[in-house]
Amino acid sequence: MVTDTKESRQEPEQGAPANGQPQSAIQRYLKNLRSVPRSFRDSLIRHGRPTSDRAASQAVFTNFFLHIMPTRIHRYSMRIRATWGLGIITLVLFLLLTATGIPLMIYYKPSIDQAYDSMKEIHYIVPTGRFVRNIHRWGAHAMVAMVMLHMARAFYTAAYKGARQFNWVVGMLLFVLTLALSFTGYLLPWDQLAFWAVTIGSEIAQSPRELTDALGITDWCDIGGFQKRLLLGANQVGQEALIRFYLLHVMVLPLMTAVLLGVHFWRIRKDGGLTRPAYTDALPATGSSGANGSANALESSPAMRPSRTYGLMAVVRGKTPAVDRAMANTVPTYPGALYAIAALTMLTLAAMLALGYYYDAPLKEMANPAVPENPAKAPWYFLGLQELVSYSAFMGGVGIPAIVVLGLMCVPYLDRDEEDVGIWFGGSLGKWICLLTAIVTAVVVIGMLIFTVQYGWLRSWFPGIPQIVITLVNPGTVLLVVFMAWSLGITKATNSTRMGALAVFTCFLIAFVILTYFATVHRGPNWDFYWSQDQWPTH
Amino acid sequence: MSNDLQQSERFQAPKERRDFLGLAALWSAAVALGVATLGAMRLPMPSVFPESNSRVKLGPLPSFLASSMTPIPEHRLWIYADKAGLYAISAICTHLGCIVTNGGEKGFHCPCHGSRFDVQGQVTQGPAPKPLMYLQLRVSPDGQLVVDKQAEVGADVRLKV
Repeated sequence: MVTDTKESRQEPEQGAPANGQPQSAIQRYLKNLRSVPRSFRDSLIRHGRPTSDRAASQAVFTNFFLHIMPTRIHRYSMRIRATWGLGIITLVLFLLLTATGIPLMIYYKPSIDQAYDSMKEIHYIVPTGRFVRNIHRWGAHAMVAMVMLHMARAFYTAAYKGARQFNWVVGMLLFVLTLALSFTGYLLPWDQLAFWAVTIGSEIAQSPRELTDALGITDWCDIGGFQKRLLLGANQVGQEALIRFYLLHVMVLPLMTAVLLGVHFWRIRKDGGLTRPAYTDALPATGSSGANGSANALESSPAMRPSRTYGLMAVVRGKTPAVDRAMANTVPTYPGALYAIAALTMLTLAAMLALGYYYDAPLKEMANPAVPENPAKAPWYFLGLQELVSYSAFMGGVGIPAIVVLGLMCVPYLDRDEEDVGIWFGGSLGKWICLLTAIVTAVVVIGMLIFTVQYGWLRSWFPGIPQIVITLVNPGTVLLVVFMAWSLGITKATNSTRMGALAVFTCFLIAFVILTYFATVHRGPNWDFYWSQDQWPTH
Repeated sequence: MSNDLQQSERFQAPKERRDFLGLAALWSAAVALGVATLGAMRLPMPSVFPESNSRVKLGPLPSFLASSMTPIPEHRLWIYADKAGLYAISAICTHLGCIVTNGGEKGFHCPCHGSRFDVQGQVTQGPAPKPLMYLQLRVSPDGQLVVDKQAEVGADVRLKV
């Protein structure tokens, strides 16, 4: 496929007589010198203009940066509603965060005495510093949101089934890494938000003591204390902690994310491309599919006839591609998909530039170990967790998040029916199940919040109650048990693991949204309930 | 086609002895990597943690007897005086380390996650698993009050003056 691509620009054989007369070495040297730009270009781009389908395929196939994409892409996958472009947007944000993060490192000083001043320097003195920092901060918020939406898209289109099981697990790891990157990022400025976030974060790492204390084994099995000291490099928050979080933020976590992103994209190719419903493969070829020429003409063209590309398939196990139909209903990746990616890139950049231009990233007062803000609120994506932590440190900060993340990682291995892969919400029944689950979850979560605000929880009624009871039975764990029971009930009632999976994911998603909203709007000073911020007491 | 290949000579199962040698090589490589990783993991946990002295002098003793409560914000604690003597209550919330506010008769409130403590520091509401810490008080030879921020004492312990 690759050998005879340069026919249009083939140079005469070097050293051969051009006009019957043998050339001297000097003549050949001068001739080569004149053609350096052209031969360099030919060595760089080893295919003709992408005017034919074949050259378009080679433009993708022979380019290092593009070759992770298939040369042809299914028409269904090009529809907006197949993916909403969320994965690409997330990737663009990751690249944007890398590109804005590196220049910020020029001025940022990871020292508790200088970090805050260097933020002021970036904001007020460094040309474009304020703009770059704003983009970096808003980009991080956007990336968290987009990862979550991408996850929801993948879940609701059943993109975790069959060959894609492991890639869902990789995606969950990337989700956790994104949150870790955000967390380590917002504590670098060493302002009030940063200091109290590190304090609370390291205490959450220590919170397994809630369990080990209750069991009386803390003295010889202090997992909590070990985790806290590993994070902080000391017994209290200080310089050692800042250096550790800085190292995690600029080196360890981005490298892990980059490697896993590579695996994530590579697995998309290896697992059969973007998720699409099974019926799309059986569709008759329709309309014009190529850059020029119809799909039928394409299939009959000798260049596109499947040849040795499929040679390896003979010796490996797994499904063989549908050789006769492989080319139908596909379009060349170049240029259609590239235009789509470029459009998403521009859209994302435009949104981030506008945000960064008009809105300044928050920077609170300098860290003050004597007085936390009141209320001391985390960024929005952790506020749901903060509400759970206000019931029990260990369950809200470690137990429930671990159960949710590990539970979602297990879903592909528990729900394996492959009928509805690629179909949003698994069809009309699934849509009803999701709607019903959303309503039930909203009622249960809001009811639980009203109850807790109105009547308190166990300790308000039984002051002497042992802590272990509250750790195990609190509004967070009660909700978790209700969600588990609901989704098992759905599984039983519909006799479908897919419906159960849809139910449990919808439960988590709606609960996350409601808890985040509640903690954002209705929690005020001393974490008390207020209808709005206007009612907060003034001092 | 794949069956033919598997049955051909190239795909026959390896001999047992080779299997053993191969497995031994793989496992020793894995063990070497594991031990090296464990050794490297030792690095982030220093044998001695950088720490300032937990015992600090707060000032001449009589100044704390003058009022029933003296806040010491820089060390995050309060010194109380009652008939039996002096005692110190730490302001660090036992839930997740925020600094509680002192509401006087209304007890202590934590701003971060809503824990409430009564005037004695006992938990009345919220997620805090333990009462506020009572800290050890001493008098130094030069007559100053000394608090040890890491030494917890019982709630009934008083420094007799």
